[in-house]
Amino acid sequence: MEAEIRTTAGSWGKRKTAACLSALSMGLGQMYNKQWLKGILLLILQFSYLVVFFDLFNIGLWGIVTLGEIPHEDHSIELLAKGIISILLIFIGLLFYGLNIRDAYQVGAMREKGIRPPGIWETYRTVTDKGFPYLVIAPAMLLLVFVVLFPIMFMVLLAFTNYDLYHQPPVKLVDWVGLDNFVNFFRLDMWKNSFVSVFSWTVVWTLMSTTVQIAIGLFLAVLINQKRVKFKKFIRTVLILPWAVPPFVSCIVFAGMFNDNFGPVNQMLNDLGFASIPWLTDPFWCKVAILLIQFWLGFPFSLALYTGVLQAIPSDLYEAAQVDGATVWQKFRHITLPMALYATAPLLIVQYAGNFNNFNVIYLFNKGGPAVPEQTAGGTDILISWVYKLTFVTFKYNYAAAISIIIGLIVTVLALIQFRNTRSFKEEGLIQ
Amino acid sequence: MIRAKLRSKLSLALTYLILVVGMVVCVYPVLWVIGASLSPGESVFSSTLIPKNATLDHYLWLFTSPDSQYVTWYANTLKIASINAVLSVLITTGTAYIFSRYSFVGRKYSLMTFLALQMFPSIMTMVALYLLLNMLNLLDSHWGLILIYAGAQIPFNTWLVKGYFDTIPRGLDEAAKIDGASHATIFFRILLPLARPIIAVVFLFNFMGPMTDFLLPQIVLTSPENQTLAVGLFNFINDQFGKRFTLFAAGSVLVALPVAIVFLSLQRYFISGLTAGASKG
Repeated sequence: MEAEIRTTAGSWGKRKTAACLSALSMGLGQMYNKQWLKGILLLILQFSYLVVFFDLFNIGLWGIVTLGEIPHEDHSIELLAKGIISILLIFIGLLFYGLNIRDAYQVGAMREKGIRPPGIWETYRTVTDKGFPYLVIAPAMLLLVFVVLFPIMFMVLLAFTNYDLYHQPPVKLVDWVGLDNFVNFFRLDMWKNSFVSVFSWTVVWTLMSTTVQIAIGLFLAVLINQKRVKFKKFIRTVLILPWAVPPFVSCIVFAGMFNDNFGPVNQMLNDLGFASIPWLTDPFWCKVAILLIQFWLGFPFSLALYTGVLQAIPSDLYEAAQVDGATVWQKFRHITLPMALYATAPLLIVQYAGNFNNFNVIYLFNKGGPAVPEQTAGGTDILISWVYKLTFVTFKYNYAAAISIIIGLIVTVLALIQFRNTRSFKEEGLIQ
Repeated sequence: MIRAKLRSKLSLALTYLILVVGMVVCVYPVLWVIGASLSPGESVFSSTLIPKNATLDHYLWLFTSPDSQYVTWYANTLKIASINAVLSVLITTGTAYIFSRYSFVGRKYSLMTFLALQMFPSIMTMVALYLLLNMLNLLDSHWGLILIYAGAQIPFNTWLVKGYFDTIPRGLDEAAKIDGASHATIFFRILLPLARPIIAVVFLFNFMGPMTDFLLPQIVLTSPENQTLAVGLFNFINDQFGKRFTLFAAGSVLVALPVAIVFLSLQRYFISGLTAGASKG
């Protein structure tokens, strides 16, 4: 095909002329190809894009390099944000620009072969048919670029600046500091100690809370699933209740119930003859309380999930095991457990990731407290609530951003391994 | 034989015992809040499970006191939640349809990339979202909040709905296509009606999210008359934890009750949608 075109059209044909003209300005190549309406539309598109965004690009690109030069006048952080948005918009613009060149080249090649270029009506039809998938996902992708991609780019860049309480724009300028924030983490004792203690508690918290909540849910689901248990529906509805209550309500309510002096939990302990436990003021007991609360909040989801899964396990498996003389435990260990876990693997990972970033319980129960001397984090702070405090309480944005990057990388790697293994993204037969 | 019978009776009794303990643990906190909301006085310390002089004063206060903005918060929350739910269902099902049925550049990795990106903790990104809304003049506006909610839910829910669509046989679409159905017809007339359970799930997720989220609205919605229930109630109790607890309890009961009823009545849909979307996907 290619060779044929070359021989008929020589080394420099209409396709290259059209492509070059389109590279000069969007729409020119199309006009050269005698697609007048399309060319004019593209030309208008390009001019409006440039007119609307020129000022933003001008300020943004200068801003992201310098982060401002005059205190009080230049707002470094706004400049940074404008810079990122400019880069994103330029990237989207370049995408259209590239498509425009490709289109001119292809139509040019058609003309070399003597085929009449498609008219505007035909073009419209091709766009709505071949381009249908792109048209539908475009709004979602655009939204994602600004709501998900932009904030993360912003955060990553922030980790390489000195944006903190002492460098608050517009009064002071913010500067690029390279890897200083990351280096300080491992050099300054205050940061190193906080990081190590928060990180280890986060790991313990994530593993314990999630594993136990899943285990309780599965255990109760198996209990209820027994044939001889009556009132199944009623029991399930009551047990799912904690899931139905909004978490911000239950967390604050638990803060009241675990109150050191007057809460019903301690009152009950007193009535039974035990001493009161300092749930909110002692780091160890506070951790215990938070774990208990998360078990309460988290198990109904697993219970509901496994109720459905258990009913889908074919009963002849159990009958076969019965014939072979398997015990209850053996049946659970070799049939129920593998079937249930296999069916819900992606949701298990979602639960672990959810608890890793479970801000609500930690913060609403006791604000990550009690305070620990000589550390920047409280006794029950996990990474995410620590980041919150650094951002909104002590205004150490740069360190908060650096920690976020570290957290993000850890979770992303773990999650990617999992998602790669799910079948959802293996290619299967498609319409087109 | 008798021993085996005894053992089976014992194990059944043990099963019921565990279930009853579990049910008590689940119900107790809920009953305690209801008790607190009916208790006279204002502090957490005076509230008991069964109040002696039960009173509806706290509920009346929420609706009648000039100091209370409870009704405004409730209206705001319902508005944000329902617009977000409808918008999210539209965006998500459309996108999931494309991901399930068409091949296009970026199909394989774009959704996974965004799912991975969202693993980055959301707290820091809120500073950026604040700046973005500020530039678009959408701070302290419900639309700004809805835009962020609707955008942030796309990756996970699209993945969920895509998994569900994948279980609907492609033969159906192809048959319709041969009969001359357009892309849109296949989507609206064939896939959507078959995907009702997962649509219910996505709708509920996106309705419940704004109902109970408090961090983002607290950052975005600055003026009290624009706030949502979660923010309003949290700030309401945050300053003086002990003093306003019973009022908070009354306010929470009125949020939790409808949410719980809707939730419990639709939970079957919920579970079937989740397991079908995630495990078969």
